[in-house]
Amino acid sequence: MKILIKNGRLIDPANKIDQVLDILVDNTKIVRLDKNITNGQATVIDATNKIVMPALVDMHVHLRQPGREDKETIFSGTQAAVHGGVGTVLAMPNTEPPIDSPEQIRLLKKIISQTANAKVLIAATITVGRQGKELTPIAQLKKEGAVAITDDGSSVDSAEILAKAMVKARQAKILIISHCEDKTLSQNGVMNLGAMSTRLGLRGIPNASEYKRVQRDIELAAKTKCRLHIAHVSCQESVEIIAKAKKKGIMVTAETAPHYFSLTEKALFDYDTNKKMNPPLRTDKDVAAIKDALSDGTIDAIASDHAPHTMPDKDIEFDHAEFGVIGLETELAVSITNLVETKHLSWLDLAKVMSLNPARILGIDRGNLSVGKSADLIVVDPVKTWQVRKEEFLSKSKNSCFLGMQLKGKVLYTILGGKIVYKVKDSEDISH
Amino acid sequence: MAEVRWNKKDLLGLEYLSKEEIELILETADSFKEVTTREIKKVPALRGKTVVNLFYEPSTRTRVSFELAAKRLSADVINIATETSSVRKGETLIDTGRNIEALKADIIVVRHNCSGAPVMLAKHVSISVVNAGDGWHEHPTQALLDMFTLKERLGRIAGINVTIVGDIAHSRVARSNIWGLTKLGANVTVCAPPMLIPAGIEQMNVQVTTDIEEALGNADAVNVLRMQFERDVQSAFPQQIEYFKKYGITEERLKRAKKDLIIMHPGPINRGIEIASEVADCSQSVILDQVTNGIAVRMAVLFLVSQARDENQI
Repeated sequence: MKILIKNGRLIDPANKIDQVLDILVDNTKIVRLDKNITNGQATVIDATNKIVMPALVDMHVHLRQPGREDKETIFSGTQAAVHGGVGTVLAMPNTEPPIDSPEQIRLLKKIISQTANAKVLIAATITVGRQGKELTPIAQLKKEGAVAITDDGSSVDSAEILAKAMVKARQAKILIISHCEDKTLSQNGVMNLGAMSTRLGLRGIPNASEYKRVQRDIELAAKTKCRLHIAHVSCQESVEIIAKAKKKGIMVTAETAPHYFSLTEKALFDYDTNKKMNPPLRTDKDVAAIKDALSDGTIDAIASDHAPHTMPDKDIEFDHAEFGVIGLETELAVSITNLVETKHLSWLDLAKVMSLNPARILGIDRGNLSVGKSADLIVVDPVKTWQVRKEEFLSKSKNSCFLGMQLKGKVLYTILGGKIVYKVKDSEDISH
Repeated sequence: MAEVRWNKKDLLGLEYLSKEEIELILETADSFKEVTTREIKKVPALRGKTVVNLFYEPSTRTRVSFELAAKRLSADVINIATETSSVRKGETLIDTGRNIEALKADIIVVRHNCSGAPVMLAKHVSISVVNAGDGWHEHPTQALLDMFTLKERLGRIAGINVTIVGDIAHSRVARSNIWGLTKLGANVTVCAPPMLIPAGIEQMNVQVTTDIEEALGNADAVNVLRMQFERDVQSAFPQQIEYFKKYGITEERLKRAKKDLIIMHPGPINRGIEIASEVADCSQSVILDQVTNGIAVRMAVLFLVSQARDENQI
């Protein structure tokens, strides 16, 4: 099957292209990029005044399968992904049971091959059962297909064990992703520590619980010469530490999530548990630091940290509600609204932090619209505004921190491997 | 009477009220206080209404005060006491609230160990919710009765100096008093050992000090918080006697304060821990007046929220 996307503004940071071009897809690949392509057999998509960019690569997604299929499945989570313009996700391993053995990876691969609507990459755990005590067989996990290891949801508390994991990860050439949190500092906190937690009477989580671990993990990575990726950066101090490390040439990369550059702790004024996540929403100065870090490249990637939870897990007392928010279906529009519209990022920058960079960090050949590459791309209406509503989510869970908000930018088509896997319903049909 | 109408179905905290609304509660309480001094202490204002006291935390005095207030308004009262642990099990708060609503009750008076629980409950039921204390967040009726007592003694709130001493970090009484007093124009100072002063408290328009002498210096009233030597406080003050030495309200300290300094305490008092026994019983102490006034204030609150709901339904 051939698809011809005409007159779109092509955004391809890999080739530094930002211009109106036609793009011809044949079977699974991009076969031609040019002005005024005509092809009688192709399905034509008129992308006039639309953005055509690589499908997003979201390197931090909780798909909950196996174990919590009531919250999300590989099927529903990847439906949500393509709805949000995401073509590739990295599935976090804190499932029930956790992905900590070659057998678990094999089982997961089987579910993925049978049910996934998008490309699902597998992360395995660093320690058995995410207990922080005994290392998993890292080389075998890599051989079985894991592209990263992480105990996400928890930090590896023991520096000794993490250092050993880093040595093995370096040898196996697998990425380590650190969830940075010192639980002796975050204690039983449920939101950011500060004036707002005082006002609400809730236990606070200080910035230090994050950045002290960022500091420690970077030092260990430097010592072991291991490549390290820092997950969900939320505060200014972490940004500063990462910037310094990069200057020194340490092999560290970092991601943040859309809520950390869009919302502050003030959003918790009415105890809305859909604004409870870990790390927590911080303050204006942290939001500003995260935006700057995305502009100057200190933070390499935007990832949703999509964390689905059911209503019974969220519609309860704030102290007891689960941490986490969904994000696959809003991340692009939130980023357009709060970064592109505000001139913090150009469209090229956006495609870089949401697609090319995460693809490079994960070592996959995505995020690139060159001829010969897999046709993973999206068509986006950059000016369409829409309201975030529960009813429109394809995720099984509805716990979004952006509910009710007006966002700019809507995905019209998601094309993966040359196949249209998502097409917008409500707006005017622009294909012929 | 103030030129303001009460139109809120709930009382969740003083943060959410305007100065005028707070004054209206205090004025309404004034007229109910007269009722409590009659031989027959009962008016028919809430006849046919049902008040449910839903207490997830042990409390005797607040529960009894609300119960008496409701009964003096001729309401029917049901008490539900539920112990919760930190683990979730059984019926959720929202489901419990909806069941109480389905039983056709009119007002839920809720005490909960989790901050924000009454806010959440109020969003999910259409009947009135009155916060009787939630976690470290607010205890609005306590602050209202504190202000009522101050106004009774001093004739005004605006411009007076009030010091709150004790575990500010974990005190809902402190937070509600800060909101209420500052809205009505009082100058508020909080005084506590450093570990019990919460982050950013100065942003609530209060003076902050760790020095008790300084805190009492020009205070017109001191509100002495009950010290509970549990988890969080334990590490700050392992020895209760040490706290008494450094922060206890003693006769010695009163000598250096204004001579008509008003002494308040939300109760129950720990004699010899946060307050010297003699001080608790001295003529400057209004601790028992606070208890008496609590009934009038709670009558006013129950009356106003009930009236607002009746009017909104028409």
